Amino acid sequence: MTAVEPRTAGADPEPLDDLDHARRRRHVSMWVGGLTAALLVLLPVAVGLGPVAVAPGTVAGIVGHHLVGWPHDPTWSAAEDTIVWLVRVPRVLLGALVGAALAVGGVALQAMVRNVLADPHLLGVTSGASTGAAASILFGVGVGAGTAALTASAFIGALAATAVLFVVARQGGRITAIRLLLAGVTIGYVLSAATSFLIFASDSPEGARAVVFWLLGSLSSAQWPALVSTAPTVVAGLGVLLLMANRLDALAIGDDTARTLGVAPARLRAQALVVVALCVGAVVAVSGAIGFVGLVVPHVARLCVGGAHRRVIPVAALLGALFLLAADVVARTAFAPRELPLGIVTAVVGAPLLLLLVRRLQATP
Amino acid sequence: MISAHDISFSYGETLVLSDAALVARSGETVGLIGPNGSGKTTLLRVLHGAIRPETATISLDGTPLREFSGRQLARRIAVVAQENPSEIPMTVADMVLLGRSPLQTSFQRYTAADHRAAAAALRRVGARGLADREFRSLSGGERQRVLIARALAQEADHLLLDEPTNHLDVRYQHEVLGLVRALDLTTVVVLHDLNLAARYCDRLVLLHRGKVVAAGDPGEVLTPEVLEPVYDVAVRRFVELGAVQLVFGPHPDPRSAGVVAR
Repeated sequence: MTAVEPRTAGADPEPLDDLDHARRRRHVSMWVGGLTAALLVLLPVAVGLGPVAVAPGTVAGIVGHHLVGWPHDPTWSAAEDTIVWLVRVPRVLLGALVGAALAVGGVALQAMVRNVLADPHLLGVTSGASTGAAASILFGVGVGAGTAALTASAFIGALAATAVLFVVARQGGRITAIRLLLAGVTIGYVLSAATSFLIFASDSPEGARAVVFWLLGSLSSAQWPALVSTAPTVVAGLGVLLLMANRLDALAIGDDTARTLGVAPARLRAQALVVVALCVGAVVAVSGAIGFVGLVVPHVARLCVGGAHRRVIPVAALLGALFLLAADVVARTAFAPRELPLGIVTAVVGAPLLLLLVRRLQATP
Repeated sequence: MISAHDISFSYGETLVLSDAALVARSGETVGLIGPNGSGKTTLLRVLHGAIRPETATISLDGTPLREFSGRQLARRIAVVAQENPSEIPMTVADMVLLGRSPLQTSFQRYTAADHRAAAAALRRVGARGLADREFRSLSGGERQRVLIARALAQEADHLLLDEPTNHLDVRYQHEVLGLVRALDLTTVVVLHDLNLAARYCDRLVLLHRGKVVAAGDPGEVLTPEVLEPVYDVAVRRFVELGAVQLVFGPHPDPRSAGVVAR
């Protein structure tokens, strides 16, 4: 280690030292580029896989036919067309969105409460969505509108939970990390109780089963309308969080440090909370409560590119999308034609991964 | 130049600062000294706007502090405070780059120039070799130097430091303070070690129970007459290696010794 340099250090002996700026950029571009390429490969493959396998060439043909009108004449059956274009394509795209939103939601939340064990469930947003979904399934809130009613009810539940979280966490002034953590956990428990009470009160075994399945998460109800209603919220939300990236770095260090770097910690926390709640609420409303993505993916992303949020957010979004896509393929094919709830797959894959990471973390002091 | 007057502040019932005042003229290094719990850190926090007592009048080159936005203030005042490392891992390079964030808008990325400034700041504190290490994995002294580098990268014209020599061995205590003094910045530094204060500060402000009991040149403030009642110890004074230096011993007055023993 070199000593502190004397006054003459102002002359800067190596004026070209820029911390290997170019190498750092290359490293990040490599990850983002590589993961994007992987996602572009996995998307059509995932569309082809399922109880009815469709060849990649056919998938490309069907997608091309619907998007740009080429090839003009179908060489595939009407059933294949329906499966690919109406069922699998929206499902796969939605899966990618859900994974990205949950992963980035986890990243932002961990910075906001300064705790690497935080994940989107912690906000109570997921529990709020679950209560909304349960109300719709069991008591037919908004019945007649079909799946849309369930989604809307879940989304409203998510937003209501966030509103309550805001009020509770702000009690006594600013939203601090610990207050947000406590308020989120408390609201989560209360809303789980509310969901259980709804199941208890409905006295309908089939309804209860439907709620349990919803709670475990699934993309089976994903269709174009769900994708169209979710995508803008998620894409805009991720964009806003990316703009907050450097400020999230400061917030992750501490409120005092953030303030000395010109960041108002309570305000940033409130803004990020709204964005994360909208994103997570939007995806949970269509996919159900899928665990572990928001907890595991941020850790993996940080191992790849370090902790700075300008790098972690895009990498976590891509990794989350890949992870959920892969999990959904397993969910669709493992027990075909029955579908495994997604939450089971993400937990089975995510839990060992997390334990491995914890061991690694402890190994390095 | 920072000037602060009429600063009174309480945590609940406890009065921490009572009519304290401090002026740091441009380019000057002012040491903030006093016993534990005398309000040094609180006064420093008031100076950078982390605490805003109602009565206080604080100005930066004549402009009241409250007229600055958070980001504007961060461009004028850099702070090196005691900081626990976060659970979220960060490399030293990212830590120091964060010092550049007040200089840009949300839509900008860190440029090559920002990286050069960060590298220069790290060199300046002799920590260039740490750039790719995790901040959490550093020793106390290394962390302190990285935090100073972040403050330097911020390119503010005022620098506030809270016990920057904590965790440092003797050599780095002197090197860090020598570095701070050599900077052409208006600096306020909280120091425990009165001998370091004597050597590296242009002026000293001595706090005792939230009040300023003495302010002026180190030679005027660091006298047995001023220090003995405040610290409750015996003080002898020498001039060694070009600065006033102090030696401390138990207080000769048995009544006071009893107070200490209690």
